[in-house]
Amino acid sequence: MRVTVRLFARLRELAGRGDLDCECPGDAATVADVWQQLVARYPALAPYERAVSCAVNAEYARRTSPVADGDEVAFLPPVSGG
Amino acid sequence: MTSLTAITPSVLDPVALAHLVEAAGHGAVCTFVGVVRDHHAGRQVTHLVYEAYEPLALKALDRILIECADTWPTARVAIHHRTGPLAIGEASVVIAAGSPHRAEAFAATRYSIERLKQIVPIWKHEFFDGGTEWVEGATADPDDAGARAEAMRRACA
Repeated sequence: MRVTVRLFARLRELAGRGDLDCECPGDAATVADVWQQLVARYPALAPYERAVSCAVNAEYARRTSPVADGDEVAFLPPVSGG
Repeated sequence: MTSLTAITPSVLDPVALAHLVEAAGHGAVCTFVGVVRDHHAGRQVTHLVYEAYEPLALKALDRILIECADTWPTARVAIHHRTGPLAIGEASVVIAAGSPHRAEAFAATRYSIERLKQIVPIWKHEFFDGGTEWVEGATADPDDAGARAEAMRRACA
């Protein structure tokens, strides 16, 4: 199962890119599974484990939210608009 | 620009936004303008660059408008946030609220900026003399009732 991952701000800089494909084994996965795959590839993201928010297809989601093939999964560092 | 919510690289226009929330029955229009400041955490800031996850940011702004309508049903609120590079003194965000009486307009404006800082996926990249830093504020969770209550407390203080 393949999803598109979007990273923003410092997460984007730590990974060196804002868009990437992520392959998850099997047919069923959660946002947390995608994060684990991501951290395996980019260990510098690991300290953000507790601070990130996540979204699936541009809707806020939980770590436990399911993801499907082709979904866009976004990881968001703490926000600072205004 | 005529939409009540926007994420835009264009210069913001507080007067135009105030017009968006006018109505014949409104006796008050309150406008808040967030402006790029030349210092932060003891550093001399040269400029900022704002980044947004635009589709989700627009939905989060719409959510704030819905929350305002739940609390102040007679108020009309508009929120525009800028992205890209901004110079000192430029407006990064403009919020306008119109309502029959001033209390709702002031409260809805304050509530909106507090909620924006909590749940809208926008990031501030600060450039200062000697380096850069991503500013990181709140971990966004729109369903966090405590955060929403805190925004309401500040709005109605």
